[in-house]
Amino acid sequence: MKSLFKSLTMAASAAALSLGTLASAHAVDLEFYFPVAVGGKAAQTIEELTNSYMEQHPDVKIDAIYAGSYQDTVSKALTAARGGNPPQLSVILSVDMFTLIDEDVIVAFDEIATSDDDKAWLNSFYPAFMENSQTGGKTYGIPFQRSTPVLYWNKEAFKEAGLDPEKAPANWEEMVSFGQKLVKKDDNGNVTQWGVRIPSSGFPYWLFQGLTTQNGVILANSEGNKTNFDDPKVVEALQYLVDLSTKHEVMAPGIIEWGSTPKAFFEGNTAMMWTSTGNLTNVRDNAPFDFGVAMLPAKERRGAPTGGGNFYIFKDSTDEQKRASVDFVKWITAPKQAAKWSMATGYVAPTPAAWETDEMKAYVADFPPALVAREQLEFAVAELSTYQNQRITRIFNDALHAAITGTKSAEEALKDAQAEADRILAEYR
Amino acid sequence: MTQRLQWIYGWLLLFPAMVMLMAFTHVPAVTTVINSFFSTPRGRREAKFVGLANYENLINDPTFWKVLTNNLWYALATIPASIFLSLLMALWVNDKLKGRSLVRMSFFAPTVLPLIAVANIWLFFYTPGFGLIDQIRMGFFGLPENSWLGSQETVLICMMVVTIWKEAGFFMIFYLAALQTIPPSLREAAAIEGASRSTFFWRVTFPLLMPTTLFVSINAVINSFRMVDHIFTMTGGGPDNASSLLLFYIYEVAFKFWDTAYAATLTVVLLVLLSLIALGQFFFMDRKVHYR
Repeated sequence: MKSLFKSLTMAASAAALSLGTLASAHAVDLEFYFPVAVGGKAAQTIEELTNSYMEQHPDVKIDAIYAGSYQDTVSKALTAARGGNPPQLSVILSVDMFTLIDEDVIVAFDEIATSDDDKAWLNSFYPAFMENSQTGGKTYGIPFQRSTPVLYWNKEAFKEAGLDPEKAPANWEEMVSFGQKLVKKDDNGNVTQWGVRIPSSGFPYWLFQGLTTQNGVILANSEGNKTNFDDPKVVEALQYLVDLSTKHEVMAPGIIEWGSTPKAFFEGNTAMMWTSTGNLTNVRDNAPFDFGVAMLPAKERRGAPTGGGNFYIFKDSTDEQKRASVDFVKWITAPKQAAKWSMATGYVAPTPAAWETDEMKAYVADFPPALVAREQLEFAVAELSTYQNQRITRIFNDALHAAITGTKSAEEALKDAQAEADRILAEYR
Repeated sequence: MTQRLQWIYGWLLLFPAMVMLMAFTHVPAVTTVINSFFSTPRGRREAKFVGLANYENLINDPTFWKVLTNNLWYALATIPASIFLSLLMALWVNDKLKGRSLVRMSFFAPTVLPLIAVANIWLFFYTPGFGLIDQIRMGFFGLPENSWLGSQETVLICMMVVTIWKEAGFFMIFYLAALQTIPPSLREAAAIEGASRSTFFWRVTFPLLMPTTLFVSINAVINSFRMVDHIFTMTGGGPDNASSLLLFYIYEVAFKFWDTAYAATLTVVLLVLLSLIALGQFFFMDRKVHYR
């Protein structure tokens, strides 16, 4: 009897509580999906930022939902949108823009952000990041969690090999010749330290796009409906990548795991590595030796893709929610917040203004490698992005894998991939 | 009248289970078959009837044939190996030996652990250069490092090893339970007759275990088409689809490429394949397994 009474009072007070919240529920509710692709600090920082936004704007309630990897996030957002219950905003890979347009689930920012102030904001980002965020004259994504690959090198290993520890390879030839000096073998002739490591598991197209850009070729047009996979310059770039292992023997053979690459670098298994700037804070915290960060080496030119995630606003929300979403995105990409985010993760702050904040200046003065990514943006191009993006990149990845593992020649693999991509993209031309 | 009432009672009792079975098994299966005859709806374009076009695509899709062959090899290797290993382990821990519960527990441990978690552990084993296997190979035998998951020749075998390791412990439990139902008097009688251990095993134990073997083998077949979690974590189907299996490919087509119609077509293939195997096992083998 007593327990019944107790549960009754509890139910009553719960009802009273929910009435209380109902009374103040004219606030705008936003659901916000975000992915995390690097260490644990990213999720924590996003939550800190949304919480402090809600403190400043009590009329907005943001439910920040960690949705897994980039892949999981786009799957969840699309599934939710198909079920008629999409989030209001989400961070999703910039390259998924065409997919999201094709599925008709997002709106362009220009349709909501119409004031002069808004327009100035839309123009405040680095152009390299906007390449993947605009199509047909409209802006569909706002750069936020953006990165670019850079070269990390172990200064101690360079010194040991008789190289200048302050000088990273500037071009393809130097990367090979440095690599050859850096390779160390044990008494049995087995390699204990490789020269360089360009990971190829999972999404090899991304780092490979560094090589193709340096070789002066673009992989897909900006309409996202035509690829250039079998261009002779792409073939040459792939041949170079394959030769690093087979001919010059400065890189481990076979497919190289993306995830264990920083670890291989820390363990001295490789003296140089190519990986995302998103790993910068990780390397800074964990490398037991002096390391340097440089732009990727050049061939005809310097070059690298951009990468990472953009903010998207979903179609199926009220006008009030859309406006509130734009305001939130505007706030979180403002210099102060962008600087905080960049320092916590290593992602490249997306506006020049963010680099001018006092916090960012102090950080860069203390840790100059953070600047390399920004300098590289001048040479950066849009990450490979097409309609049916996941499928096209999968075809391309398979071709790269086939060439790297030696089942097909570079030329043959890329020709097959181009034919397959043409077949799929034909209906979008 | 009473007969009619019984009829209603019967259906009422069946009703809850039937609704669940219909809603989560039969309706989706039928919808899948229907979807496989339509094109994929995308945003502004509605699905339209395309007849057998999806099936034509399927026949011309080299990736489909590759994952199907992979899956057959995968099944052929993992099913007998895990059954053999589980029987061996069960026979061993069924005997009286020191620390029996500890051994039993360690054999069963892989089953308890989530596959994604153990895949991460195996990922470390297979890491070239500083992974466990390579450290042993390089440290003790002076062999060069090997990219286990990065080569098309070894990657599927590596996946099979993880699966066998994971499954054997689970099947061992069934064999162990079956072994304990065999009356000890049979062993005593055999001993009096002077039968050797191997004769006893092949003539008595093994035939008595046949129903369990049938059950375990059906489970193993289903699992060989169903367990793909470790592929997500370890290889993502690569390199060049060398470690991709049918179900993994279906997931990719459905939730990465968002080509739901083609995914439905692939699912129909999986459905037909599994139904045929299950029918075969129940109808043809069931007659032979029971010891008479």
